[in-house]
Amino acid sequence: MTRRAFPLRFMAAAMCAVTLGVVAGTPSAMAQGQKVLKFIPQADLRIIDPITTTAYITRNHGYMIYDTLFATDAKFQVQPQMVDKFEISKDRLTYTFTLRDGLKFHDGTPVRSADCIASVERWSKRDALGQKMAESTEAWTAVNDKTFTLKLKKPFPLALEALAKPSSNVPFIMPERIAKTDPSTNITEPIGSGPFKFVKAEWVPGSKVVYVKNTDYVPRKEPPSWAAGGKVVKVDRVEWIYIPDSATAAAALNAGEVDWWEQMPPDLIPVLAKNKDVKVENIDPLGSMGLLRFNFMYPPFNNQKMRQAVLYALDQNDYVLGIAGSQKNGHPCYSFFTCGTPLSSEVGAEPLKGKRDFEKAKQLIKEAGYKGEKIVIIDATDQPIVHSQSLLTAEMLRKLGLNVDLQAGDWGTLITRRSSKEPIDKGGWSIFHTWLVGPDVTSPALNFAIRGSGQKAWFGWPDDPKIEELRDAWFAATDAAASKKAAEAVQMRAFDFVPYVPTAQFILPTAYRTNLSGLIIAPITLMWNVEKK
Amino acid sequence: MIGYIVRRLFSTVIVMAVVAFVVFSLLYLTPGDPAAIIAGDIATDEDIRRIHARLGLDDPFLVQFGRWVWSLAHGDLGTSIFTNLPVTQLIGQRIEPTVSLTLCTLVVSILVAVPLGVTAAAKAGGWLDRGVMAFSVLGFSVPVFVFAYILILTFSVELDWLPVQGYRTFHDGVWQWLRHLILPSVALGTVYVALITRMTRASMLDVLAQDYVRTAEAKGLAPEQVLIGHALKNAAIPVVTIIGVGVALLISGAIVTETVFALPGIGRLTVDAILRRDYPIIQGVTLIFSAVYVLVNLAVDLSYVLFDPRIRLT
Repeated sequence: MTRRAFPLRFMAAAMCAVTLGVVAGTPSAMAQGQKVLKFIPQADLRIIDPITTTAYITRNHGYMIYDTLFATDAKFQVQPQMVDKFEISKDRLTYTFTLRDGLKFHDGTPVRSADCIASVERWSKRDALGQKMAESTEAWTAVNDKTFTLKLKKPFPLALEALAKPSSNVPFIMPERIAKTDPSTNITEPIGSGPFKFVKAEWVPGSKVVYVKNTDYVPRKEPPSWAAGGKVVKVDRVEWIYIPDSATAAAALNAGEVDWWEQMPPDLIPVLAKNKDVKVENIDPLGSMGLLRFNFMYPPFNNQKMRQAVLYALDQNDYVLGIAGSQKNGHPCYSFFTCGTPLSSEVGAEPLKGKRDFEKAKQLIKEAGYKGEKIVIIDATDQPIVHSQSLLTAEMLRKLGLNVDLQAGDWGTLITRRSSKEPIDKGGWSIFHTWLVGPDVTSPALNFAIRGSGQKAWFGWPDDPKIEELRDAWFAATDAAASKKAAEAVQMRAFDFVPYVPTAQFILPTAYRTNLSGLIIAPITLMWNVEKK
Repeated sequence: MIGYIVRRLFSTVIVMAVVAFVVFSLLYLTPGDPAAIIAGDIATDEDIRRIHARLGLDDPFLVQFGRWVWSLAHGDLGTSIFTNLPVTQLIGQRIEPTVSLTLCTLVVSILVAVPLGVTAAAKAGGWLDRGVMAFSVLGFSVPVFVFAYILILTFSVELDWLPVQGYRTFHDGVWQWLRHLILPSVALGTVYVALITRMTRASMLDVLAQDYVRTAEAKGLAPEQVLIGHALKNAAIPVVTIIGVGVALLISGAIVTETVFALPGIGRLTVDAILRRDYPIIQGVTLIFSAVYVLVNLAVDLSYVLFDPRIRLT
């Protein structure tokens, strides 16, 4: 080769290398002549095991490929899903379940009682409500392949509600051999009996998840209602295309490259509202609840009066605007249980409602004997919902004359730092913000942040035997009225003890092309019944 | 020459070993716990402790490092903590878009920048030279993501000529493949064009002042022959060097470009892994990046011989 010829040949070789490289790449995923629903999910699917993690994206993935024994409908009623019929003994200690005909896993094997029992047992080792049910459980027993029983040691009125739990962790049913996996170890075989099948070969973590219609699935006859009813799939294939940049996601939806964007930031609503082929809607009836969490281990928020002072100063209207951009997508919610659900009320909420009383707050701070201790707020600037709340809280506390140190980082750092039990001067923290989806905060059983179980409680570790006692009393309630009354007692105590402060109820709107129809109004994203024209 | 290459390849292994140790140490010291991220927002201390133990994150530094090196020695880059997929598979999935983007950007940049730089040098001081220099200042000044959004708005949303996002493999057709690379390559290439243009111009101006160029002109060669045949060839070494340095620039620039255009490349894999503390991926990608960087520099050094026969690599 002459030197003169080298550059040209080098370039040609490079181009050949690229060509060979791409030819040897992954097989084409282009679906020909199929109805393909292209969807931008709220987050990247990283973990495919809905039991080891509570991440909502994994829960939504779970609803795609798994089915549940029971499901909650839009009226908060429990409805059978995989179960055809069930009986409860008169002493309410024995539940007998019979599965529907025609249930099959994606590997072709039939769904058996043993699969359901193994799945529920794995779930009950991880999920808080599942653990509570397990405390009352004597045994799960398979009568035959289609019938099995739950025998309780003592009545557990929430047994069916637990099996119909709509949000993380959901008791999804897997084949027994997979459900036998240790509950802390991620499963690697995503095989369920749900309406879609996961195409593992086309999964590109961080970019794309592909599902195809499960043609063997036998839906129920009832119309869909939340996760209950008939799961009729009306597209051949669903592609979850993860687009991390929201401006690009908006442009992709505007240009028709995708059909549906699950959750969009409110500031982009005007961009999409101009396009007549795009609809922006709130299809989540419960929304999410923002919260401000204290660290109970160290001053100053180990003092109840300091926490109460925050109740008097925090204005939820500010947080609604900060998170949701306008009152259209959020509103104050003066309850520890999701507003709009049966147990929500404003009992005991007076300190958080109405005109903000900074004088009262300052008085409480004085009574608490605050000595200027540093208050560290750990912030995650890559999470707008966390970041906006952190900024507002820092400002509000400064107005109260407190010594605030707002420490910015990313979400990964925040959720690591919040598990630290070290004092402030050794990397500890005083406050962090997050949010929980509505279905996770509807009752004392589900609202884990309200608990006062000390070192076993959620980060911040509040220790309040009284609230635990009231929570246990709620579990024992046998009818709706008693349940409501018991929940109010829990809330009364919560507004006094202040395990956390609810900051706002908000909805992140969804946006979709007008050629889509049949989106299910639910607090979780469900993809059956969606039609594409 | 062969001895030189062998020595350089050997030093590559040493560099990679040092990089491996430094990266592993930094990750060990960096705040962030993948167990907390895996467990999710609702997790308890107990959940996190259990996951910690399962992942072996409680083991001492040297045990963890030794385990990783042992796997590496067996050609195993490990398994993603989150997806449970082998790191080699994840990198394999992502390498094609990044290689395609990098090569397209490189080719487009060289094809645009070298003629621009040569022309600017040939017309030094004129309006063309000033225009080219103004363009290159703009190229340096406008952040890649701003330029990317302008391109998307213009060519994808308004004109509907090119796709907003995504990637198609060569299997989906050459045109589909190219269509998805045009905007990202242009966005990413702008800085690179600016860099190479300026370097080519400066280098050409140096060379054009040399005696042998005057001699070539004096013996009656056409201006193009003087520029291309004599001046450009002698001005090539700094330009090739900057192209080599620019590969590192491209790798870092690709992270932003891949995010904005939702290209499933190595850059995004890296950022995602860093944000969620997926240590095996970060370590694997960093090792590969360092190897690529060292090898590109080796290729650049070897190319000097081709451009200047006086250079001897020993």
